[in-house]
Amino acid sequence: MIAHLLLHLLVLLLFAPLLPGVIARTKARFAGRQGPPLLQPYYDLLRLWRKGFVLSRTTTWVFSAGPVVGLVVPLLAALLLPFGALSAPLSFEGDLILFVYLFALARFFTAAAALDTGSSFEGMGAAREVTFSCLAEPTLMFALLVLAKLSGGLSLQTLFGAHLPAAWGSGAGPALGLILVCLFVVLLVENSRIPFDDPNTHLELTMIHEVMVLDHSGPAFGMILYGAALKLMVLGSLLVRLALPWNSGFWLFDLLIYLGGLLLLAVLIGVVESVMARLRLVRVPQVLIGTSLVSVFALVLVLR
Amino acid sequence: MSAVTLKNCGLVPLAALEILDFCAFAAALRQEVDAQGRIAALFAAPAGEQFDLFALIARDWQGQLALLRSRVGARYPSLTPELPQVHLFEREIAEQYGLVPEGHPWFKPLRFHPSWTGRDAWGRDPRRHPLVGEMDYYRVAGEEVHEVAVGPVHAGIIEPGHFRFQCHGEQVLHLEISLGYQHRAIEAQLPSAHPLARVQRLEAAAGDTSIGHATAYALVCEALGATLAPPRAQTIRALALELERLANHVGDIGGLATDVGFLPTASFCGRIRGDYLNLGAEICGSRFGRGLVRPGGVAFDVEAPRAEKMLERLDSMARDTQGALEIFFDSPSVLARLEGTGRVRVEDAEALGLVGVAARACGLAVDARLHHPQGAYVDTFDHVVIEESGDVFARARVRRREITDSLAWVRRALRDLPGGELRRRVAPPAAESLAVALVEGWRGELVHLALTDARGHLSRYKIVDPSFRNWSGLALALRGEQISDFPLCNKSFNLSYCGFDL
Repeated sequence: MIAHLLLHLLVLLLFAPLLPGVIARTKARFAGRQGPPLLQPYYDLLRLWRKGFVLSRTTTWVFSAGPVVGLVVPLLAALLLPFGALSAPLSFEGDLILFVYLFALARFFTAAAALDTGSSFEGMGAAREVTFSCLAEPTLMFALLVLAKLSGGLSLQTLFGAHLPAAWGSGAGPALGLILVCLFVVLLVENSRIPFDDPNTHLELTMIHEVMVLDHSGPAFGMILYGAALKLMVLGSLLVRLALPWNSGFWLFDLLIYLGGLLLLAVLIGVVESVMARLRLVRVPQVLIGTSLVSVFALVLVLR
Repeated sequence: MSAVTLKNCGLVPLAALEILDFCAFAAALRQEVDAQGRIAALFAAPAGEQFDLFALIARDWQGQLALLRSRVGARYPSLTPELPQVHLFEREIAEQYGLVPEGHPWFKPLRFHPSWTGRDAWGRDPRRHPLVGEMDYYRVAGEEVHEVAVGPVHAGIIEPGHFRFQCHGEQVLHLEISLGYQHRAIEAQLPSAHPLARVQRLEAAAGDTSIGHATAYALVCEALGATLAPPRAQTIRALALELERLANHVGDIGGLATDVGFLPTASFCGRIRGDYLNLGAEICGSRFGRGLVRPGGVAFDVEAPRAEKMLERLDSMARDTQGALEIFFDSPSVLARLEGTGRVRVEDAEALGLVGVAARACGLAVDARLHHPQGAYVDTFDHVVIEESGDVFARARVRRREITDSLAWVRRALRDLPGGELRRRVAPPAAESLAVALVEGWRGELVHLALTDARGHLSRYKIVDPSFRNWSGLALALRGEQISDFPLCNKSFNLSYCGFDL
């Protein structure tokens, strides 16, 4: 049990920073550039970890709590989630609700830390982040409900269980296809990727997530970057398991399929970021309401 | 009519300019504007205890310029309420000489420098240097209204400027732009600077428009000395000016792509802009054209083998440019972002006297190359690019079409460069005269005016950079827009901070 838990976390902690590296490399290749080394995010984390903190005098403990919660939450959430065919270390009926609201908790603390600085930029970013997440939440919930209906259970372990290949083949295939698209949109929104947010921009006025963390520095900023990579991997796991639902029965092979799937996903995100411009901010809620409706439709399909 | 008319690069003896009573001056100015004239410059110069006011009017469709002159004391009735396009000029005059335009609706300092005469229009302590940005800002009050202050220190590597947004949620109700952080007192220093050092100062007036400003200065000197630059020099100047336009337009479209997060064009244009700058360096060794344009001609030649080589490089660059622009303008996600964003109405553009790309994107045919051609543009430029929607898309598209036109122009000029000498000696400047030069820089119309004293020395030099006119256009474009669209609108104007601050 303990060994399982440690292995689960180790895979997450070691592999996660590679994903932003792959995305950056893909984007660089599309732009005709060489791009940074694949391991750049690891070097960045190391560099930030060695730096000192700069804390504004107007901030309180809430400001420091943001990065910590942001790092811990994906770790906790990962424990509830099977990595590909590898089972989750912790699992109980209804843990999907906990999974969704753990991320809401992280968001609350990030937004609170942003508001704590008193900067008008960060306040604006917090308002945007909270609004868009509110709108992304129904999509995620309905998608999980579709999976719950198909599996007959309420834990993530059962939701992403061995019945998935059969479900794809059955009449539920179209519904699964729809929620795959919806979950991809949620992934892009939650991880502040183009077309919803631009993680590389330096323009404070257009930022959503990045502007909330402007005042963090050194190890705290490192924690935020690390937390973001973990979050990308955890949410990406949902998609990878849904798209590649095979169980080979041999754990190492399962792990390779899972990690390979994550790398493919990172490349896909890189491609999307390379061929699309950002949406106007006012369009983002419209897209999210659209995906909510699509996931409701998927639910109708499986309830029929 | 008491106005003196002249052509671009013309000279008027001051004695020929009748000193009008201010009321007559104001009436004549209004009449000119009613007859579709544009006020290209309004400036003051000391005349004993009093001050001379000069107004330069561009009668675009007649290809003429007109000059009006008046004399005022410490105060005069403001022209701004009736002629909004002079609002910044009046503030500038007030800051430079302490002349108060009575009834100016928006009377604030512009660049926050001490007055040249020791008389302060706002009653501030003349011994203390004013703090840049220290003024009352327009404020909107009410529930849910909030203020966002951006700058003067920005996140990117750009020049300093302060922006204050009055917002209701994400919507901008009002934007006020406060500049002056880059003020170097170029205008004040020019008359006393060594004649050979002047051109260097002007090349640095706005670093991305060195060819434009240097050409305007050279034209003014040549007008004062009644000398004409040789045809070969004129063509090389225009060639460099068009290369400057190409480099900046390509760079701007790359900047727009960066701001909307569209990667391919952003990186391609960044590189291609460098190619155009390098092509400029092929002529004179400086990527920004420093040292090329000099009064009387140019300092570097484009020999036949060099022209050949440049043409060859242009071919591949034109292909790359075409490709980078096509994917940008063919992407629905990009167009959705550009269209309808940051719209300026044509009436507003006209009332504010916008120039250059910003004006042409609103449907105003303002282009000094067409209306007031000089040098190599005479009879070779017959096509002004205009768009009508006035939004970010229109400004991007004006640039795209001008890139095509400039490429064709540059190729034609390189193929048949006129022969002859490169530089002529400029005769000593005429005494007691006023010379004017208009040059269409890549951003818009550059206006340079020079006044000489009884010994033929420069007594006043006036520069109007297009940024000076167009910053108000940006403020207007943001009304009612989303605050998150500001960076995009800003990039679509891409105005110079130091060109405004001088």
